[in-house]
Amino acid sequence: MGSYLVRRFVLALLVLCLALLILFLLIYAVPGDPATIALGPRASEAQKLLFRERMGLDDPLVVQAVRYIGLMLRGDMGTDILSQRPVADLVLAALPRTVLLALVGLGWAVALGLPLGVVSALNPNSWIDRVVGVISTSVVALPSFLMAIYGLMLFSVTLGWFPAIGAGEPGDFGDQVRHLVLPALAVGIAWVGYIARLVRVSMLEVLGENHVKTYRAFGVSNLRIALRFVLPIAVVPVLSVLGVGMGNLLSGAVLVEVVFSRPGLGSLAYDAVVSRNFPVLFGSVVVTTALYVTANFLTDTAIALLDPRIVEEG
Amino acid sequence: MSAVLSLESVSVLYRKGRTMVPAVRDVTLEIGRGETLGLVGESGSGKSSLATAITGLLPSGGRVDGTVRFEGSDLTGLAASDRRRLRGTAIATIAQDPFTSLNPVVRIGRQLVEFQHWQTDRSRAERWRRAAEMLAQVGLSDPEARMRQYPHQLSGGIRQRVAIAAALLVNPRLLIADEPTTALDATTEDQIIGLIRNARQAIDGAVVFITHDMSVVRRLCDRVAVLYAGQVVETGPVGTVLGDPRHPYTKALLACDPAGIETPTRLLPTIPGTVPAPGNLPPGCVFAPRCTAALPVCSQRSPRPSAAGPGHSAACHLMGTA
Amino acid sequence: MTDASLAVPRSRRPSLGQSGAILRRLASSPAGAISLGFILLLFAVAIFAPLVAPFDPIAIAPRDRMQPPSAVHWLGTDQLGRDVLSRLIFGTRTALQVALAGTGGAFLVGMCLGMVSGLGPKWIDSLLVLLNDSLKALPLILFALALVSIYGPSMVTLGVIITLSMAPGYFRVVRNQVLVLRNADYVVAAQAMGASWLRQSMTHLLPNLIGPILVLIAMDIPAVIGIESGLSFLGQGVQPPNASWGTMLSEGYAYLRQAPHIALTAGAPIVLATIAFTFFGEALRDALDPRGAGDRR
Repeated sequence: MGSYLVRRFVLALLVLCLALLILFLLIYAVPGDPATIALGPRASEAQKLLFRERMGLDDPLVVQAVRYIGLMLRGDMGTDILSQRPVADLVLAALPRTVLLALVGLGWAVALGLPLGVVSALNPNSWIDRVVGVISTSVVALPSFLMAIYGLMLFSVTLGWFPAIGAGEPGDFGDQVRHLVLPALAVGIAWVGYIARLVRVSMLEVLGENHVKTYRAFGVSNLRIALRFVLPIAVVPVLSVLGVGMGNLLSGAVLVEVVFSRPGLGSLAYDAVVSRNFPVLFGSVVVTTALYVTANFLTDTAIALLDPRIVEEG
Repeated sequence: MSAVLSLESVSVLYRKGRTMVPAVRDVTLEIGRGETLGLVGESGSGKSSLATAITGLLPSGGRVDGTVRFEGSDLTGLAASDRRRLRGTAIATIAQDPFTSLNPVVRIGRQLVEFQHWQTDRSRAERWRRAAEMLAQVGLSDPEARMRQYPHQLSGGIRQRVAIAAALLVNPRLLIADEPTTALDATTEDQIIGLIRNARQAIDGAVVFITHDMSVVRRLCDRVAVLYAGQVVETGPVGTVLGDPRHPYTKALLACDPAGIETPTRLLPTIPGTVPAPGNLPPGCVFAPRCTAALPVCSQRSPRPSAAGPGHSAACHLMGTA
Repeated sequence: MTDASLAVPRSRRPSLGQSGAILRRLASSPAGAISLGFILLLFAVAIFAPLVAPFDPIAIAPRDRMQPPSAVHWLGTDQLGRDVLSRLIFGTRTALQVALAGTGGAFLVGMCLGMVSGLGPKWIDSLLVLLNDSLKALPLILFALALVSIYGPSMVTLGVIITLSMAPGYFRVVRNQVLVLRNADYVVAAQAMGASWLRQSMTHLLPNLIGPILVLIAMDIPAVIGIESGLSFLGQGVQPPNASWGTMLSEGYAYLRQAPHIALTAGAPIVLATIAFTFFGEALRDALDPRGAGDRR
């Protein structure tokens, strides 16, 4: 178990470094002045000069790349060219809000999609399976920001049930929850379908395995077998797909934040694009990448806890 | 000797497209208390289907015709929940493949506790203790340690011992072993057969042993039923059937048994051809196309079982002539 | 179940000669037939946009601003008085262009790298797999915003973004198929007979890949439409005055209270197109591999 997690951790770190390298090359290895590209057109000459010095832009590219990755890993993402505050502070302040939105969105999708998938798998080709199948296939590719706009039109503008913009009054928990409902619905809806489909396929596969017959031969009820002995195996591939899908989840949350003017990484990055404040924009890319890699590592850990075979096979 | 299990014209049919195809046809058998019956045949002969008809674990789309009586009461008329209770208490199965028959992500101990879940008079701690006892009884050292392991950490032989222990945990009155040694090497096979022989003495009931291996039948069973294409072609006491086989298929099976070959040879005898598919049975005797002694009548009329001795019968047109 | 008679031998190699049967199976499922019909309609609308559209999609008419649907403007007009229906029709053209160019680019890149990875030495394979994972780790929308900020919004930037984000899927499919084929008996046998790997890949790889790749393209098109409209919604994708569903959505969003019909109608084709392509992908997969049709959705 220990060595497996160490290996996954090293791999995660490697992926993060390589992703940072890709980002570095796109900013620094393109024709033009790297300082202007990295800081954006609104940076002052003094800021650019400071930047050139800090990044050592006269060094060979390899040295620069290593230095860049080192700085990012240490959380030093430069300064906001407008407010002069460290980018890391801004990004880390916005991060929890985006994580909350993504987790609540995914949470309700799991809470609904998982039982739907289980029921479908236990009654294959029944009417309920068909209905769940059609609905999940219909919602699975819907862009979340579009659902956000439609939700906004229907539930805030027309019906007035939920507030339209912002994240709610600080300190007022009820208000914050009311502000979270529509964005979370928009972020999660496609995932309901996705999870239901994944769970169904995975459950059906495990239900066909031999050990299920053993349990039935000992008179254990089908429902008990499904929930206690099949589901724990069936969720493993679902989890690994969810880990990879984390990127889509975060992208969805980012766009939904913009639709609802909700503070968070998405709004931060969008405002940075509009105000040409590039260090903040690149900083949010870096932090979101790190978030994705972390989420994937946590998924790997969860999988290792669920399936002891994976640990030994590597 | 009262019958533990009696089958009366049992057929097992599977849905294939729009028609129902018989995997087992018109099987009548009786197994008495203390008896071990060997069900023998090649793969495709319907042995496993017959076992599922007894346990009631037919795959969806399957159907059993005829009556299956367990200790006198008809199982086919039972409600699903009663049938399920019977499986957890009176009828136990030793699964075929030790490598896949245990849940891979659950520790052995928890699985053995789960198998006793109809033994409602036992507490959880008691179930755990009984499981450990039973593992010791099937010859596993340090049962507590085994119970904390996962199936993939154990060898095939140990897993099959666990499967036997599991079956004995519920004090069954009918034990069904579906080719429990096929996936194992010869030494382990010997040990497992020894264990099943002991198990037979431990349980107060009967054993149905499914195999394709005549030498295993010889070592373990009291009576034998030879299945071919879903039909019983010959049945009787092991001594007479194996000593004086009357059906050409039984003779062929015996000839193929490597244990019966006395002089070293490089040629493993086989029966030419394959078992016909259930939906595509030949007219007349089902074995006729592969039978070396077939007469013209064999491909026209289906032979009826006729007596060949006490408790011994075979279904073959040659019975009168040979 | 040990009975071998129930195990049906199956072939894993769909040949090109089966395409007629596949098409028939596809059209015989209601979902397949309806989605295929709708997709053909979308393509027809995109190709014949200038003929179908009742108005010029970029001609502004300030006096007719934000009119609700009427007999003249079936879906109303936007904040500059442009006909919403005509803009939707030209938006279809944009959406399909981006979708085809993006998935096409992703397919080419993924195919080449997948072949190199599957056929090349182990270290190249490991490196490419790692690179693939790293590319997937970059958050799509934020990464796209960064690229657009550096290189400026254009169709080319959009194409590069979509290619980069979709290529990993094709890379994985091609690489895995190559690895499977590399060890397949009939390929090893052919190699022993002296067939070159290039010839190998042409005769064995391509027929095996066509099915999964087509399914992947059908499933990716909704995602691409989502990315394009998402970026256009943020003002970083297709640039005004060109019509795209996303830019229309963004304009409609700005006038959500005054003229809700703009956002409402701009979203409708996105919803319909993504649903149609998803159902089409499913039906195509089932038609290519009818065995698992009921068990896999």
